[in-house]
Amino acid sequence: MALFAFSFWALWPYLLAIFAAFILIFGFMLVSAIFSVWLERKVAGRIQDRLGPTRVGGKFGWLQTLADGIKLLVKEDIIPTSADHMLFRAGPYIALVGSFMAFLALPFGNGVVAREMNVAVFFMLAVMSTEVFGIILIGYGSGSKWSLFGGMREAAQMVSYEIPMALCVLVPVIVAGSMNLNAVALQQKNGIWNWYIFHDPFTFGAFWTYFTCAMASCKRAPFDLAEAESELVAGFHTEYSGFRWLSIFMAEYGSMFAVSGIANVMFLGGWSLGLPFEMTELFGSFLGETWGTIVGNLINVTVFIFKGWFLVFVMMWVRWTLPRLRIDQVMMTCLKYLVPISCVLLMGVSLWLLVVPQFIQAYFNWLMFGVCVALLVVLIRQWYSWASSVPSDAMPGMWRSIGVPGYQGAKR
Amino acid sequence: MTFSGEPQATKLGRLRLPAKQRLPMDDLQPLLFWIIALMMGTCAVATVVTQNIVRAATWLLFTLAGTSGMFFLLGADLVGTIQLLVYVGGTLVLVVFGVMLTAQGPFINMKTSGAEWAISAVVGILLLSVLVIGTSKIGHVGPPEKSAAARFQPTYTLASQREVRDRLELERGRGSIDEDQYYLAIARLDKEQVAQASYSAVIGRGFIGEPVGPVHEETVGKSNKTILVRAHYLLPFEIVSIHLLVVLIGAAYLARAKRRRRVAA
Repeated sequence: MALFAFSFWALWPYLLAIFAAFILIFGFMLVSAIFSVWLERKVAGRIQDRLGPTRVGGKFGWLQTLADGIKLLVKEDIIPTSADHMLFRAGPYIALVGSFMAFLALPFGNGVVAREMNVAVFFMLAVMSTEVFGIILIGYGSGSKWSLFGGMREAAQMVSYEIPMALCVLVPVIVAGSMNLNAVALQQKNGIWNWYIFHDPFTFGAFWTYFTCAMASCKRAPFDLAEAESELVAGFHTEYSGFRWLSIFMAEYGSMFAVSGIANVMFLGGWSLGLPFEMTELFGSFLGETWGTIVGNLINVTVFIFKGWFLVFVMMWVRWTLPRLRIDQVMMTCLKYLVPISCVLLMGVSLWLLVVPQFIQAYFNWLMFGVCVALLVVLIRQWYSWASSVPSDAMPGMWRSIGVPGYQGAKR
Repeated sequence: MTFSGEPQATKLGRLRLPAKQRLPMDDLQPLLFWIIALMMGTCAVATVVTQNIVRAATWLLFTLAGTSGMFFLLGADLVGTIQLLVYVGGTLVLVVFGVMLTAQGPFINMKTSGAEWAISAVVGILLLSVLVIGTSKIGHVGPPEKSAAARFQPTYTLASQREVRDRLELERGRGSIDEDQYYLAIARLDKEQVAQASYSAVIGRGFIGEPVGPVHEETVGKSNKTILVRAHYLLPFEIVSIHLLVVLIGAAYLARAKRRRRVAA
């Protein structure tokens, strides 16, 4: 029968290629997680006015995460007696696989993608919901009430936040006319003003709404109700230790980069540095097509990774700045605010493309870009003219009376 | 002259090309098929056999993920993704309801009686035989076969396809080609497009009412004039969405908090 007709010897180049792609993506996920955990500790430290890790691996504690990793690997692997053993074991891997699968469709450079798909962004959102399934199994299978509460909260949160997240992704999809991430990123080449965040007011709004939902979907503070250590010990992963806990963590940091990658490609030009040329085309013009693609894409991939890490940094920044919401507030934020906002954005962008005259659409991104740059300049000027804290020898109220502009602290 | 937008059914025997024309891909696909199929089969059996409701849901998840893997293998990315999104979400809700509504102890087990086993075995065997008989009559399913050489020489790229279609439309409007020539050309384009496995765009355009289905003959009016039309799927799509709306309203009705009638004191 024809279905049995395969020979291993014809296959091995393919299998080798698959294995290489797997190692590349998984290796990136691992390195990215190691770096992000280190970054998280440093950012948390700085925001809380302390230093963070300083000892392991030189001045900045570079190797702190590696040391943590080794510690976790040699930790005792405990499975509670009351746990459902199969689900307890399977949960972390389901979460990790869901997070890993998202990277299959994410382009890191011009054509640097494991599998280019027509429906790449849709695919990424779909497989990332598999990760949530893993989290809920973890919560349920632990046989602990803390974990179960965490898992159920995660289920409720995911089911509601998926809606505004998908609607916000649809906004640039409508503008681009494609769900192919590679194609969408290429449409935004040749300059920062072509990025879809500046395309019209609705895509601008959609970026911020999407990023809020993305933070919630990665269960990051202020939406980290699934772990909420002040009420639930550690939420869904209370009972985990050692390597399984490590893979839960890797899944979380992996999906943080993945949602940042979507934000990058859909709104922030993908691997574009904002310069008025595309790297592979630039290098292709004087190095020839093959070498141009290779050299250009090396730069593209670096830019993309650092842009992704920047958005991950913003998530950390928010996490260590804002307090955690209550579960009812989390649900209210989504259902009363984010869902209507994203619906308005979706309607708005459709009408914008249909109704607004073509010449306004063609030049509006310049206006948006100009306004954003102006706002940024004003903001930075304000930052440097504000007194961010009261000098230690000043009395409350006195600072205001001597007229330091922008100082708000003494108004109470 | 016959018009058929559908790819001609090819026989199972043609699936294996002569060794010279074969690509590594041709060997990889059956291997992947067997891996996924075995996984799906095992998980489907486990879904039925296990008595713990959440474990059953987990096995079901693996089965459905395998189904979407099958779609990806056939090049139907959109359908595979929808399968993943809808059914992972669906299974998730199943787990949540399984836990919330049927929990009496920490882990829930379902007991199955002998009679239930017998009935389900009969139903299962009947369904299986329907499937086996049905599939044996279909023949080859999936993207139409192309020779290894032809696979790398597409007549039109996807972008230029759109242009060719527009051009044909224009020519027909001008009257420089007649209806038969038009539909013949379109049918050829369709084959090309199906072969390039860009199903998602075609499916999407079909759902918003653009005629993308296979060309078929239809008689209209009293004069029994035969015209060639293409199917579109706006109506089925709308019917499904209305159906979903009805289900939603029904669920909201059933789940809403019952108000107690005030009893006069």
